[in-house]
Formats: sequence, C-alpha cells, structure tokens
Amino acid sequence: MSEPLLDVRGLSVSFRTRSGLVTAVDGISFQVGPGEVVGLVGESGSGKSVSMLSVLRLIDNPNCVVGGEVVFQGQNLLELDDASLRRIRGQEIAMVFQDPMTALTPVYTAGWHISEQIRAHEKVSQRAAMDRAVQLLESVGIPNAADRVNSYPHEFSGGMRQRVVIAMALSCNPSLLIADEPTTALDVTIQAQILELLRALQKEFGSSIVLITHDMGVVSQMSDRVLVMYGGRLVEAGPRRDVMRDPLHPYTWGLMGSIPPTDGTRATRLSAIPGAPISPADTDRDRCLFAPRCRFATDSCRPEPALVAHKPDHSDACVLPFGERPALRLQAISPLGVRA
Amino acid sequence: MTTVPGQPQVLLEARDVVKHFPIRTSKGKQQVQAVDGVSLQVFRGETLGLVGESGCGKSTFGRCLVRLIDVTSGSVIYDGVDITDLSRRRLREHRRGFQMIFQDPYASLNPRRRAAATVEEPMRTHRTGTDAEIRARALHLLEIVGFDPSYADRYPHEFSGGQRQRLGIARALALEPRLLIADEPVSALDVSIQAQVLNLLADLQDEQSLTYVFIAHDLAVVHHIADRIGVMYLGELVELGDSSGVYNSPRHPYTEALLSAIPVIDADVENRERIVLTGDLPNPIDKPTGCAFHPRCRYAQDLCRREKPVLQIQTDGRQVACHYPVSPARRSDATDGAAPPQSS
Repeated sequence: MSEPLLDVRGLSVSFRTRSGLVTAVDGISFQVGPGEVVGLVGESGSGKSVSMLSVLRLIDNPNCVVGGEVVFQGQNLLELDDASLRRIRGQEIAMVFQDPMTALTPVYTAGWHISEQIRAHEKVSQRAAMDRAVQLLESVGIPNAADRVNSYPHEFSGGMRQRVVIAMALSCNPSLLIADEPTTALDVTIQAQILELLRALQKEFGSSIVLITHDMGVVSQMSDRVLVMYGGRLVEAGPRRDVMRDPLHPYTWGLMGSIPPTDGTRATRLSAIPGAPISPADTDRDRCLFAPRCRFATDSCRPEPALVAHKPDHSDACVLPFGERPALRLQAISPLGVRA
Repeated sequence: MTTVPGQPQVLLEARDVVKHFPIRTSKGKQQVQAVDGVSLQVFRGETLGLVGESGCGKSTFGRCLVRLIDVTSGSVIYDGVDITDLSRRRLREHRRGFQMIFQDPYASLNPRRRAAATVEEPMRTHRTGTDAEIRARALHLLEIVGFDPSYADRYPHEFSGGQRQRLGIARALALEPRLLIADEPVSALDVSIQAQVLNLLADLQDEQSLTYVFIAHDLAVVHHIADRIGVMYLGELVELGDSSGVYNSPRHPYTEALLSAIPVIDADVENRERIVLTGDLPNPIDKPTGCAFHPRCRYAQDLCRREKPVLQIQTDGRQVACHYPVSPARRSDATDGAAPPQSS
C-alpha cells in the first residue's frame, strides 16, 4: 500500500471514573489509505465513536486519558499544538455526526454554517463564501439551493439536514471524512439517498472516508476495508470482500448471523449471540473479551489473543486454528432451520 | 364466533380506520391525516408485520388497534366485539386479550418499580388472583423471558436495553393475552440483542399460540418474523400479502423501492441495481392528490395524479393499491440496464 493518509498506532482511550478506570479503546492500530473507504463496525459501547473522536481530540473531558499515536500526513495529531490542530480540523479532516439536528445551530441558516466554516480556513469574502455554500448545497442534491441557503435547520427534513451537514464537512475539500453513523437516524429510503451521495462525492472529491456504523449492511455497501470492533479492540480487519465472504472471528459470525437474511430465505431462528456486550468497565481484560459469549471459548482464550494476519491484509484476533474456521463457522450458524 | 376447520379465523379486524389529529397552523385549523382509511384482518396464530417509514402512521394505527387512542372514524373488532365505542369498564375486560409491547424499553418502564412489581401490575389491575398467586406468576413470567429469580427485585436502571425489552414482554404476557401488538420492539436494540429478542418472540408464539401484529420500519426484520406483511405509506395501506411474496416480488412501486433501499450484506455489491427514491415523505397535512406516492414514483402516469387507487385483491391474493402494479416481467425490464433515477 502507498503511504497511508492516517496511521493510528496503539490508540487507547480510557476514562477515570469514581468506580475506577474505564477502558473505551484498548490499543487499536489501523491505517487509512488515500481515497480509501474504511468501515468501522461494532455494537454500542465497542469504542468505535470514541476512537474516532479522539483522533481529532474532540473529547474534552478532563478525565479522559488518550494514549498511542495518530499520525496524519506525517504529524502526530495527539501532540499537535491547538493552532495547528485547528487548521487540520474541518479543513483536512472533517466529521459528519449521527444526529443532523444537534450538529447544526438552530438560530443560523444553512448558508451561515457552511460559509462560517469556509471563512475559518480561507481568506475569502462573505459573498464568495456564500456563493460556494450554494454550490455545495447543489452538489449534495438540495433543490433550489439558492433559496434554501437562507433556510434554518428546522425548515429542513432529517435527510436534507444531513445533506447540509455533509456539505459543511466537504466545504474545505478535506482529505479525510469521518462519518459517525451518518444514516442511523434516517429512514431506509433516505439512508439509501445519503449513502449514494457519499459514494458519488467520494468519487468526485477523492477523499478518504472512515464510516462508523453498527450496520453490517451499510458497511458492506460502502467500504473498501472493514474493521470490526468489540470491547474497545479490533477483532477483525480486512478487505470488504474477504470479511463479508469468509469472516474469521466468531464475533463477526455472530454479528452477521444476528441479521435476518436478505436473500429472500427465512430462517425460523436467528443465530443470536448469547449474553450482552462486554462493559467497558470490566477490568478482566487479559483475555479475549468475546470469550464469555463465544461457544468455542477454551482456556487458551487467555491471555489476550493478538491480531494476526492470516492472509495478506486479512487479520483477526482469535486463537481458533485458521484451517478449521470455515467448519466452525458452519457449526456456529447451523441451528438455523429454513422455512418457506 | 363459529369455527370453520381449515379456515383461518379472524381475531382482529380493522374496518376503514381513520385517525386525524387536529392542529393549528398559520393557515388555521388543519388535520394531520395520520391514518387514512386502513382496513385489514389479523388471523388467529399468525404474525402480521406492518412496515413503513417514519410518519407513515404505522404506530398510530397500532395504537388505534388497542384503543390507546380513539379512532376518528371506522371501527376495530376484536374477537367479534366492536371495541371502538366500548365504555372504559367494558374495554378493560376485553383488553386482557390484547396487550402491547413498546418501542423504547427505557421510557415504557416505571423507573421506581421493581421488575416483579412491573410484571405484577396488570394482574393487580385485573385482580387475577391472590397476592401469592400473582407473585408466583410474575416470577414464572420472568423465568419464561429468561431471568432468574434474583432479578425480580431489581429496578429498570439495573437492566440493559435488551433485558428491559424482555421485561416489557413479560409484562405484556401477564394477562395471558391472545394478541400482542409490538411497536418497533427491537429497533432500539443492538443487532446481537435484537436477534435474541426476535428469537424469544418466536419461541413464545410457538409455545402459547400467540397472534402478533409486529410494527417495524426494518423490512428484513419484518420478513423474518411475519407471515404476512402490510406496507403503509402516508397513512394508507398500499400492499398486503404473504411475507415471502411481498419480500421477493413486491407489486407496489413503493414496496419495491423500500426493499431495494435495504443495505444488503454482499461481497459483490457493485453488481446490484438499486432504486433510490427521490425526495422526502410528503406532508401528511397536505397529501398529494391521486395516489399519495406518485410524486416519488418512477412509474407514475397521468392517472396516478388524478385518481387515487384503491386496495384491490390480485389473482394471487395479494392486495395492492396501485393503478400500475409492478409485474415480475416489468420488474426485470426495469432492472435490466436502465439507470436508476438519481437523487441529486
């Protein structure tokens, strides 16, 4: 792979709380190449949002401890001074949040949001910034952009608001876009519109995207590479095609088995993962964190298994013998009966 | 009701249910047409799934079915009794038979009531037995949904989202209902937990021969759990048919688009053609003339703008409200080469 755009090395994030240290992200490493779309999947509490928020140092909680390195274009963002970081935020790395209502200020117009961001990074006149805001709103598919630029957030529907947020994020032509559950708050038909838009814009502007989501389907449609997180760690990482076709980690099997099949067949029961996701407050961390829910768990799930590459670029953190995975996977999803 | 062997028995029937909410706007008093004339039957022992996007009126309709809100017009008949105009007292007798599971397991449980007390409450309201009997049944119900007795004295905040939803299910089962209306019971849950709750609902149905009305926005989930699927759009039922039929060969263009919008797990997504609907759901205060879906429909013709299609039974039993239903042949035509309409 060519020089990565973003290189996250051993990133860890923990919070000091009254009941002790809570580990949200536990030493994850990954790279994002130029123009690449990386999907970061996991359930709530798996640390996917926190890890990307800490990449931009957006967590201002004084009890938050961040370790590791985040190298972006040769600079470690975690050690950068505030002024340099501000140049990168919004201009080089932009973020789209889950809830488009809270991401916009209700008392300002769509145009104001976008032009404010442009003017924070570039010396242009208010008028020129507004003109660009109109163009951006057009490129994200808002009809009558010239009028709508003066509309307030409450005058837009959820999907349209998310388009405004995306226009804002793209206003300075960032090289990396972090999208945190950008379609979770939207209906499926609107979700399809927004995903289509992100894909088209990605092709047009060539930005890299880190897409955070809990939805395997969304990841499967959007990303070049997939990272699966559980309990603050990466449990599987690989090219989309490989992860979707031959997932390696039992957690990934469970995650995919929990989703009703979309190929038109109907299973009588889903191969659900028993138990509940591990709590970040769990202090027993020198083991595979998925072991308590895994039907293949043995004594060798302790200590923590390392992320091992089985094929070039496709790795997972599990002690099960690589050669037996396909058979075990079939066994894991076997209780499925099929009904007409 | 008389029993005809082999014939599915109707347990619940909605006849032309209409629910309008009056609102005041700058244009004076107007009506939000949340549910606009929905008629359907729910058969004993089946699961009827209701799908649609937010604002399509599926939850409002669900609430009308159990009379949590009164209908504007039309009627709801449960087990041969019209419950639309029953007095509160009479309604309560019948309510034992149909219970509701709510979407938000955080908001639908009393935070100051322990798990067992939550499950006991409906039984106390209906005075189904002595305190000891009620307690014993509550513990039994908690066990059915997978809690051991030590959980009985916990408060809702001590439970996770999935556990709370199971508690809500135990409460709904307390009065031995025959019909459960589940309004988005799994949409607030993580996928791994969602699968657990779906499996639990399927087990309970097998064991207690329950009838479900399952309301959700996720077509894949509804296809998984339901025997029949009804699709709603802007307060109207646009398609109704058996689950596999609706899912595998939709007839209404809206169902077709909704299905194509589901993100599918697939290693080779590049090959998939999708129909991306343009625009948003129209305003339910001021619905489009003719077919409510025509402004977003890729097949819309003049007739669709003028005349509202009614729900008609097709030869295969499918009910579709469309002037030009999608036929399997046309479907393959349309998906063969033709570029999907772009949203931007």
